[in-house]
Amino acid sequence: MCRMAAIKAKTPVAPVHLLRMMLAMQKGHDNSGFAMVMQDLGGAFAEFKKFPLLSMAATSAGVERAEKILEDLGFSPKFDYKPDVVNDTSLDFKRMPHYVFRNYRYPEGLNVLHDAPTPEQKKLLLDTRLKLRKALSHENQGYVYSFWPDVLTLKEVGDPRDIGTYFQMWNDDHWLKARVISAQCRQNTNYKIVRYAAHPFFLEGFTLMGNGENTFYQKNKEFQQNLHRAYIGFESDTQCFLYSLHYVCSELGWPLEYYKHVITPLTFEEMRARPDADVLNRVRQSLMHLEINGPNTVVFVLPDNRMGVIADAKKLRPYVIGRDGDMVVSASEVCGVNMVIPNRNTETDLYPGERETVVINNALEVERWQQ
Amino acid sequence: MATIDLKILPTLKTNGAEPKRANGNGRAFAINPTFVRDTHPIDFPWKIEWNADTCIRCGSCVATCTFGSIKPELQKQGATLSIGNSPKPVDSTQVMMAIKQVREPKHFCRGCSMCEKVCPTNSIRPVENDHNRFPLVARAGASPIKRGGRGHHMPIRILDYIKVGRISQMTDPSLDAARHTFDMLTPLGRGLPANELPLKVENGKLVPNGITPPLRWIYPVMIGDMSVGALSWRMWEAIALAVAYLNEECGMPVRMSSGEGGMPSRLLKSEYLKYFIIQIASGHFGWNRIIKAMPEMITDPAGVLIKIGQGAKPGDGGLLPAEKVAPHIQAIRGVPKADLMSPPNHQGLYSIEESVQKMFLSMNAAFKFRVPVAIKVAASSTSVAVFNNLIRDPYHIVGGFFLDGISGGTGAAHEVSLDHTGHPILSKLRDCYLAAVDQGKQGQIPLFVGGGFGDTGDLAADAFKAICLGANGVFSAKIWLQLAGCVGNEKGRCNACNTGHCPVGICTQDPRLVARLDVDAVAQNVVDYFLALDQELKKLMAPIGNSTLPIGRSDALVAMDKEIGERLQVAYAC
Repeated sequence: MCRMAAIKAKTPVAPVHLLRMMLAMQKGHDNSGFAMVMQDLGGAFAEFKKFPLLSMAATSAGVERAEKILEDLGFSPKFDYKPDVVNDTSLDFKRMPHYVFRNYRYPEGLNVLHDAPTPEQKKLLLDTRLKLRKALSHENQGYVYSFWPDVLTLKEVGDPRDIGTYFQMWNDDHWLKARVISAQCRQNTNYKIVRYAAHPFFLEGFTLMGNGENTFYQKNKEFQQNLHRAYIGFESDTQCFLYSLHYVCSELGWPLEYYKHVITPLTFEEMRARPDADVLNRVRQSLMHLEINGPNTVVFVLPDNRMGVIADAKKLRPYVIGRDGDMVVSASEVCGVNMVIPNRNTETDLYPGERETVVINNALEVERWQQ
Repeated sequence: MATIDLKILPTLKTNGAEPKRANGNGRAFAINPTFVRDTHPIDFPWKIEWNADTCIRCGSCVATCTFGSIKPELQKQGATLSIGNSPKPVDSTQVMMAIKQVREPKHFCRGCSMCEKVCPTNSIRPVENDHNRFPLVARAGASPIKRGGRGHHMPIRILDYIKVGRISQMTDPSLDAARHTFDMLTPLGRGLPANELPLKVENGKLVPNGITPPLRWIYPVMIGDMSVGALSWRMWEAIALAVAYLNEECGMPVRMSSGEGGMPSRLLKSEYLKYFIIQIASGHFGWNRIIKAMPEMITDPAGVLIKIGQGAKPGDGGLLPAEKVAPHIQAIRGVPKADLMSPPNHQGLYSIEESVQKMFLSMNAAFKFRVPVAIKVAASSTSVAVFNNLIRDPYHIVGGFFLDGISGGTGAAHEVSLDHTGHPILSKLRDCYLAAVDQGKQGQIPLFVGGGFGDTGDLAADAFKAICLGANGVFSAKIWLQLAGCVGNEKGRCNACNTGHCPVGICTQDPRLVARLDVDAVAQNVVDYFLALDQELKKLMAPIGNSTLPIGRSDALVAMDKEIGERLQVAYAC
């Protein structure tokens, strides 16, 4: 089972917390990678929150190719952070020659900055990321994870401890900080994974990670591949959860509560008893192929940086949310939460139920509702 | 070389009576050429084996045989008797009653084994005759062979090459079939793409904002279309009873197609109509009564099924031989006693697009767009083209696509159609589902498949595999007849559904034969089977970790034949 950990804090925190949580949850021969998405950034990128930030790992040829594409599209570099790394060959992970974390200016005509990208800017950012991804897929020239304002992504295959060492992330005071961080350590099931298969995944402001096996992966995938040009890859069955979230909330514009209705519909018996049975029936019929059938826990971040947790309808994967006044810390196992906020009141810990949606808003208030 | 002098044979010409064999007297080789030429039980697919020593001559077998295949006959028999304290053998003869198989092809034994079933001393049984010449003798009189029921000369059964091979082991837990909640319903009715659903957001909730096509959530295994007429009224009634019981008492929304033959008026006007899918086929039989009942209907039917063709005899319309058009069938269908041959096509339909506009729209309008209207076609090389066309139906009035494969059953058909026309169902099901996948339209027109599902008696496994390959559900028919006592099988036994002489009262309108059927017992068998099937479906869903139907989850299957796997896009395993 993949170990997941997430933090939503009032003030930006360093990723060291996530590394500690992961190691606490590690069992035996486990953890074959580390991936995280950071949002609402502090640290080095705090001043450039409205400029799209490219997160990429590439070869020299890949970097060159990506820069050329971006330049041709009219993007110009605004701020570039080249991380200091520990070049120790004994570190157990597959490093890439270059890690690019760079803010760009929008092309002329679209370069008015807003709190959130405009529809035109969104379209351009997405098209650009897809174009970069496709271009760099030749000869494994690189991986383009996200290209979005105020979002940074890192995905590596190897021992999380060594990945942390390489990027010097074992410091509480790090160049990377964020108010929202979600991270996952892959289980050891498959050493042949590609970086794109590591969650959390990011798409147009939505971030998502999940654990467990998506037993309806094939149904999800076959349905999603025709729904949106960005629903590609499918290197991991967890990607499907992100695409469904994006489809329901962004493409259809439905309220968040319907995400749960789509992925884990109520039983027919429960549906019949409700006044909105007709709507739920229709939703279920139309989006039957987006259902997930467990066992999974899904952790997501919305474009407005609210964070949420949903479990599958049979609640076969654990997840716990702990909190104190300054941060909400959640993890697959309670020992992970204990690494960050050991002195919290554990009576306020939440274990999301099979029909529950839990959302943490930006004031760190917890909203919970039953499906 | 000795020659036989035909002139010295005893009198053999018998003016129509059965010729008698020469009986010795030095002329043991004397035979009548007609013995060679005439048909004989050795020509038939089944030979009657009768034991004179144990038979008590009760006559039960002869009385039971509905095909007139056996008859009692007096027979002179030589015997050596010895009476008294010391042996004094005396040659003698006696006349005894013998059971003989009738030699006329019209009365050939169909192997139904009713004689064996009723014989109190196990003295008679039909024995399969592998070396028969029946296909050669049965076409006498320039008449094509017709038969009912089953058997399609299928070389292999593809479903048996597929196993449920993706088991939840450690990666995710298997479910508990006995304790978990399973939610196994499937939609009947047109589905809309989510972005075309007439919904709007009001106070953070989705609320309806327009009309949606009618929708029913039903059990994924349904009773296939068999008409009152093809079935005896009591058999039809027994299945209808079972369906009502399953719905009312067991909470299983099983639906039953009426077949092309109408429905009893009382049922049409009852609340139970909601469990039935009314079929309209090319003969429109029964629809006069249905239309007349409409003003008095107190509920809507589950659906309307437009039958274009059926898998067992594609290209043929329904066929109800005059023998089965009894007075009550004449009444329900509004026809005289005659062969009722539905045309091969719906008259007036000439294209897919125009049929959508004309027939689908008419049937939708007939029930004021409250009832899903589906279509049933025989599987064919052209099925995907039809499906693709329907799925683009701009009016959203096509509520289901029923695809019937070659192994389907029928009440009556030409043997040449049964054995040599049709399309295996699985590849066509897969093609249609993948065509929907290609367009992102899976589920918009629910796919139901039939034709051979449950042939081996294991309907749950067959249905499950079809569902994984993309079916929303399956319809099955023959298996319910088997549960009623039908002895027909895929090897050709009985299959006399077309004759009106069904030995167990299922496919006949003869009141004496229908009386052999116990309606309540049949209904109970069907209910019991459904309840068992429901558990078996769960036993298949649990190990793959699913509590809802794995429609299109072909990754749950493995094929034990490379070519089958490749064709169905299922992983090969060995």
